[in-house]
Amino acid sequence: MLSEIAFYGAVETGLIYGLVAFGIYLSFRVLDFPDLTVDGSFPLGAAVAAVLIMEGWNPWLATGSAVLAGMAAGAVTAILNVKLNILNLLASILTMIALYSINLRVMGRPNIALLGEETVLTPWYSLDIAYHQVPVLLFAIVIVVALILLWRFMKSETGLAMRATGANPRMARAQGIATGAMIILGVAVSNGLVGLAGALFAQSQGAADVTMGVGVIVIGLASLIGGEAVITPSTVVRALIACVVGAIIYRLAIAFALNADFLGLQAQDLNLITAVLVTLAIVLPGVRTSLVNKLTSKKA
Amino acid sequence: MISATDLRLTFGKGTPLENPALRGMSLTVNQGEFVTVIGSNGAGKSTFLNALAGETLVDSGTIVVDNVNVTKLPTHKRAGRVARVFQDPLAGTCEGLSIEENLSLAIKRGQRRGLSTAVKRQYMDKFRESLSSLNLGLENRLGDKMGLLSGGQRQAVSLLMASLTPSAILLLDEHTAALDPKTAAFVLELTTKIINEQKLTALMVTHSMKQALEVGTRTVMLHQGQVVFDIAGKDREGLEVKDLLELFEKQRGLTVDDDSLLLG
Repeated sequence: MLSEIAFYGAVETGLIYGLVAFGIYLSFRVLDFPDLTVDGSFPLGAAVAAVLIMEGWNPWLATGSAVLAGMAAGAVTAILNVKLNILNLLASILTMIALYSINLRVMGRPNIALLGEETVLTPWYSLDIAYHQVPVLLFAIVIVVALILLWRFMKSETGLAMRATGANPRMARAQGIATGAMIILGVAVSNGLVGLAGALFAQSQGAADVTMGVGVIVIGLASLIGGEAVITPSTVVRALIACVVGAIIYRLAIAFALNADFLGLQAQDLNLITAVLVTLAIVLPGVRTSLVNKLTSKKA
Repeated sequence: MISATDLRLTFGKGTPLENPALRGMSLTVNQGEFVTVIGSNGAGKSTFLNALAGETLVDSGTIVVDNVNVTKLPTHKRAGRVARVFQDPLAGTCEGLSIEENLSLAIKRGQRRGLSTAVKRQYMDKFRESLSSLNLGLENRLGDKMGLLSGGQRQAVSLLMASLTPSAILLLDEHTAALDPKTAAFVLELTTKIINEQKLTALMVTHSMKQALEVGTRTVMLHQGQVVFDIAGKDREGLEVKDLLELFEKQRGLTVDDDSLLLG
């Protein structure tokens, strides 16, 4: 079974990936914009935060800068799509590839260790709670704040305009909504959230690494789809809660799979497990519906 | 008032599929007029409407709406002056959003959108009042998703949305064509009611000559990207479909070979 520390560790990482899932919800679901930039903006956030912390910046300022860097990356993707008419998926791949070089430039080397540096977590360790519970508490607060802000935004005039842009762009234009500007704003905010996740991840893991973004998009999608399978996203707030729940369930499932000795799985099997979990999350809701349909039609 | 002068637009210029859709189209619609536009397939009806709305920009010519030259403006910058209802009943609304959210989007048409709550309490009386005029019971379903409504209901709501805030012109693009006959009659009746009550200036494209004569104050026929005739007032009273056909043949020395125009 899972040890207490492994459990809290899974929840901690799950909370961070919940922010990624928010970002992916915004791009994939709200804007209908398949955005792979996140594989680059996640390590970008980590790199910016790590470098600034090493420079002696306040860790929250460093984290805020990581958010801005992520937003800039997202804006580049969206501008490639909106202004230069490059297919959205391709535009995001171009930015993602470019970010690999940029991240190396930002850090000056492939990785930066943050051990012993002051991070956003440092002051919280003086609280009277167990060491491994500290990141869970802080990240839970961060994600609740992010959830409330995003929810309020989605309910605002601009947020509603953004939802209309993704759902029905022709109607949105006819209502006077500048759909191009909405896509740029939305993809920027989405990658800002991912940059925040990267910055927090680097600080909780004690290092930023140029390869840490590989597969973030799949983990985010797994969280989003898994969450939607558990909580039907019929309203914005339910969809956002589903992102967080999905991310935590995903990390717990991974932790259980790796800890269950009878399965004989090891750490290197992580990506395989991820792919299997995502497939299950996509297929299972459909199987459930068809099963229910079969059962009810037999009764009738 | 809206005036289009010598609009020209060719699709696929310089290719074997070159297709001149507008060939010097000119039309002026005065305040309070309700113009019905007819023409066979490929006459340029939809292109003309798209050009007025800003969805397609013309190659040459000018479009002036309420003394503002909008020729080069994209759709969203014209939206404050130009309201529109699409042919596809699903196109005018967002099915994933609730009725009140759709109406809240429409009430800010062409205006700045900020960060205040989109669905405001002070809108609700206005929403309920306009929805109850449809007699569909929608005033009690403000929170329902748009996708739960039928095509006819959605088209009726689209019409409300287009008339929720003032505009210089209301564009109706065969907005009853995709509905069953009974629903189409209901939506058409609703259209004339809203246009008369609010004294709107409107341009309605229709595929049916009968419909074109039944409603509105003026009828324009397009052919090959130009206006072939334009009748209003006394000349238009008592006119029947066969008179229109005669008029068309006299003007152009052509016969109408599009059956749908005759049967519609």
